[in-house]
Amino acid sequence: MSSTVQPRGSTKIALTAHSWLVYLFFFAPIFVLIVFSFSDDNNVGRWGGFTLEWYQDFVEHNQLQNAVWVSVRVALLSTVISVVLGTLAALALERFKFRGRKVFDALLYLPIIIPDVTMAVMMLLFFAEFFDILESVFGWDAQKGLGSITISHIAFNISFVSVVVRARLAGMSEVLEEAALDLYATRWKTFRYVTFPQIMPGVAGGALLALTLSLDDVVITQFAAGPGATTLPVFVFGLIRRGVTPLINATSVLMLAASVILVALSLAFQQFSGRGGRPSLRAAREAVSAPPKTNTQIKEGINQ
Amino acid sequence: MTMVADRPEGLEEAAVATPEFEKAAERAASRRGFLLSLPAYAYLVLFFAVPLGIVMIYSFATRNRFGGTDLSGWNLDAYRKLGEPIVRDILFRSLWLALLTTLICLVVAYPFAYFIATRTPLVRNLMLVFVMIPFWTNFLVRNYAWRVLLGNDWLFTNISEALGLGERELLFTTSAVVIGLVYGFLPFMVLPLYASIERIDLSLVEASRDLYASGFQTFRRVLLPLSLPGVIAGSILVFVPSLGAYVTPEILGGAKTTLLGSYIVTQFLTARNWPVGASLSFVLMAVMLVATLVYFRTGGRNL
Repeated sequence: MSSTVQPRGSTKIALTAHSWLVYLFFFAPIFVLIVFSFSDDNNVGRWGGFTLEWYQDFVEHNQLQNAVWVSVRVALLSTVISVVLGTLAALALERFKFRGRKVFDALLYLPIIIPDVTMAVMMLLFFAEFFDILESVFGWDAQKGLGSITISHIAFNISFVSVVVRARLAGMSEVLEEAALDLYATRWKTFRYVTFPQIMPGVAGGALLALTLSLDDVVITQFAAGPGATTLPVFVFGLIRRGVTPLINATSVLMLAASVILVALSLAFQQFSGRGGRPSLRAAREAVSAPPKTNTQIKEGINQ
Repeated sequence: MTMVADRPEGLEEAAVATPEFEKAAERAASRRGFLLSLPAYAYLVLFFAVPLGIVMIYSFATRNRFGGTDLSGWNLDAYRKLGEPIVRDILFRSLWLALLTTLICLVVAYPFAYFIATRTPLVRNLMLVFVMIPFWTNFLVRNYAWRVLLGNDWLFTNISEALGLGERELLFTTSAVVIGLVYGFLPFMVLPLYASIERIDLSLVEASRDLYASGFQTFRRVLLPLSLPGVIAGSILVFVPSLGAYVTPEILGGAKTTLLGSYIVTQFLTARNWPVGASLSFVLMAVMLVATLVYFRTGGRNL
């Protein structure tokens, strides 16, 4: 890029100032929240000296602790299941033509674009009807709780995972997979040693996105949760409606920290997977470029 | 598949791809694809398509006297109720706030995205990371942070007095809701805008300036048309969630600023008029579908 297109003079000053203001806008509220979570004053609007009291309150608050564990369990469970289902769906859509493909593709996009409130309403009505049927047919008096929350989270996470994995698959040539199959690798081995190492960054990215979305969701969870179990955001949302307290400040800062750790992880992972260090892929590439030797030699290469 | 003339003898039957053979392979691939998609397919049908159908059925149902829902005898009463003044006001207010939010985001994000796109790669990545952090941060927490900031007399009142704005209460007003929405969805505008500006060959800007176009003319005739896909993508990504926003108005808005999202939730939790809530959710979804179609039409898929 030549330097002449760089904004100059007053334009440059204005643009720079504007950018700093945008960052101020982004981070000022977060900064104030963090600072006041350490303030030793019951009135949230006053600075009363440094304290860790509110963090201790958080640790000792039974309901909050329960909500944290519900959140973590729901997030992990829904992420694992949606990563498996979403990756399979991505593979099917990117690599195969099959009947019903278009309908499936559209169905897979819907949970992404549907408004949270609509999906929340869907879950409320569905579980109301579903539990009625369970009771009248099996005599099982099911309650909304961990299970229904997890089911609803998987329902939106599958789509996000599959979009991320598909993006990765779409940018990937099928040549390596065809080569592996030509060289007598089974379908499973081709997936395990050729496809999977290549889509791994996409799968990991999808998993992190699913984790974040599951940990963030308020609206859908609120309608899928029952008296038995609520997640941390839903519980905190209930608290906020009753007013601002130092305890919520401390809880929010901890939730913030969790998000930042997740971002850091995803960035670190992108960096890590950007470099080489995937022997199986290298072997496969060599196998494609070099004329085949013997079957065993190539198998050794793939298995490296 | 072309036939090779000097094919070794004896291979005629086995290794040649006859139409039947190809069809069989196609069928096998089709079966494999279907089987791979089956778990997710079945899951989404059961836990997404069926619930959507149930909402549709409820939107045609009638509320009975006890707050329950009578599913027999379908009618359009719930949809007719959308024309009533109360509901219409809420619909228009939500539309107006969503449009305002989108416009503010666009005006704020465009110069910002342009500035990022013209930095060196290192600075650019650093700047993007600092956009991504609020983007990934818990939405509820981000809204709550504004509640703390706007409700902080000590800090906020002092600042607004210092700026000569006088003593102003912002919390629980429509302005607070718009601030919260802009804050929540600004990254959705910045990222697609950045993606489309970054792709523009900036020597075109240079050429335009060389040919004595003013800065504004260059923006109007060169930059803006070339970055239009980003403008459309960002606008839809901001407009759509703003329209259905529930958390932000609940935390930052007051009683006078009921928006569509809150109104729908109220229909289910307190007013117990499920058909009206269901029909409104359906209308909301229809708006999203139209917006998404526009998004894909304009090549949003590439962003």
